Amino acid sequence: MLRYIGRRLLIAIPTLFLVITAAFFMMRAAPGSPFDSDRKLLPEIEANVLAKYGMNKPLSQQYVDYLAGVAKGDLGPSLKYRDKSVLDILKENYPVSLKLGLSAIAIASLVGVSLGVMAALRQNGTTDHAVMAVAILGVCIPTFVTAPLLVLGIASKLGWLPTAGWNDGALANLVLPVTVLALPQIAIISRLTRAGMIEVLRSNYIRTARAKGLPERLIVRKHALRAAILPLVSYLGPACAGLITGSLVVEKIFNLPGLGKFFVISALQRDYTVVMGMVIVYAALILFLNLVADLLYAVLDPRVRLA
Amino acid sequence: MSLLASDGSDRIERAAVKGRSLWDDAARRLMANKAAVASMIVLAGLVLLAAIGPYLTPFAYDRVDKDDVWLAPLTSGHLLGSDALGRDLLARLLTGLRVSLAIGMVATFVSLVIGVAWGATAGYVGGKVDEAMMRIVDVLYSLPFIFFVILLMVTFGSNIVLIFVAIGAVEWLTMSRIVRGQTLTLKNKEFVEAARAAGLGRAGVIARHIVPNLLGPVVVYVTLTIPAVILAESFLSFLGLGVQPPMASLGSLIASGASDMELAPWLLIFPSVVMVLTLMCFNFIGDGLRDAIDPRDR
Repeated sequence: MLRYIGRRLLIAIPTLFLVITAAFFMMRAAPGSPFDSDRKLLPEIEANVLAKYGMNKPLSQQYVDYLAGVAKGDLGPSLKYRDKSVLDILKENYPVSLKLGLSAIAIASLVGVSLGVMAALRQNGTTDHAVMAVAILGVCIPTFVTAPLLVLGIASKLGWLPTAGWNDGALANLVLPVTVLALPQIAIISRLTRAGMIEVLRSNYIRTARAKGLPERLIVRKHALRAAILPLVSYLGPACAGLITGSLVVEKIFNLPGLGKFFVISALQRDYTVVMGMVIVYAALILFLNLVADLLYAVLDPRVRLA
Repeated sequence: MSLLASDGSDRIERAAVKGRSLWDDAARRLMANKAAVASMIVLAGLVLLAAIGPYLTPFAYDRVDKDDVWLAPLTSGHLLGSDALGRDLLARLLTGLRVSLAIGMVATFVSLVIGVAWGATAGYVGGKVDEAMMRIVDVLYSLPFIFFVILLMVTFGSNIVLIFVAIGAVEWLTMSRIVRGQTLTLKNKEFVEAARAAGLGRAGVIARHIVPNLLGPVVVYVTLTIPAVILAESFLSFLGLGVQPPMASLGSLIASGASDMELAPWLLIFPSVVMVLTLMCFNFIGDGLRDAIDPRDR
């Protein structure tokens, strides 16, 4: 197990390196520079600014310097936000996105798995049809439709919850954004769980469990669920990464200080270092979560051997 | 002589029975799925509206009228009302639907071509080539989608053709994985071996056995990619990176409707309804196709 983890982490390094390289050169190939502004800088001043950030060197040298910095854990200064390093920005805003994303995933998993199991146990019954109808709606209604509608109804008209803002992560401010983020995930998760459960309930070992007289509740909880959520595990990895790095739309609508907005703004402003930092965090997160998913898979399914 | 005779009678019998192909079965199962059939009818209606609707509206989608701003639905000839610039919502909605559907189909086609070619090559050639090709897909997967698109937008400027290409260029990754996986399993299946043993050449095996079996998952994935692409485009429009005004897409209409929703809720509600309806149709058809083509998952 430990050897497997070690090997996977070793494979992750070249992948991360390729991601950094691709992102670095794609970013630099785009026209424009972080120091473009409405007022044209004097050539001498521009030269000074470029020199300060080491951008007067040839691109290949800058690339090597950047890699050396990353290897030491230094993501460089932001080119747009004076006196802030990329790490500062990540430290300040990442917790917001993390809290939102993790809450959404936790709630979505809990609700989605319960709904999926309920639907599967009453396959083709009323509950099943109701859950599947909700699931279809959940997949088809985009977050940028649910978010404004919920704000209009619950926050504006009824005044039950604040319309926007973070307020240091107060519960009342979290409810709407987390709900909006969780809804489509609930839909997908309940569908995956239902499909997995239906298949598992037909398998021989479940028939054996029934034959030896186990109560249905125990069969579902101890035997079936474990195998039924396998497809879910591989889905949740990338889904987590997407949610945690900040759902851009939700952060924008609810005006939350998460990472999402930096992505768009920084890329548009050519804040190279901030964008690179964001790409690295996202890629590392995906690689890490895929590893976690594979490990979980092996824990849940004893037939899987990690090698 | 007797051998020949029995061969002949056998042929006559077969002609009389007329075999049912896998596709006949699939079509029958699809037609039995009420949700899928209803979705196909609704979708056909939506496509028709998007194709000819914009020519039939009394106002052009970009006609600004400063005397007729914020009109509620059903006033002075504006069936669905008008927006902050007095533009007719019905005309904008039909144009937006057309743009969104077009982006969905073209981008999906781009992803289909790249994904099938890439995945089938990797799966069929195998070995080192396969490994290298799939590693490239892995790396691209680890890059955030929005990063790609923003880079493409800032490099080439924001235009519609680019949105097609950008989204298609991201969506092909999953397609290539699906196609590669299918090709790998199919290559070693007994029926392929049987066909080979029966003397069918390589081209024949691919054409008669690999491709038809590849087609199922690909068709299903295509019907599910179109709504994903429409959603991705709306997402971009919502962030101000997609279709630029006065052009409209469902996403850009919803985005501007969301900012004016307190004053003019119809600007948010009508585009949202059309969007949800469109996505729902595609999803039902995709689900129906999957059940029809691959009945194991039922």
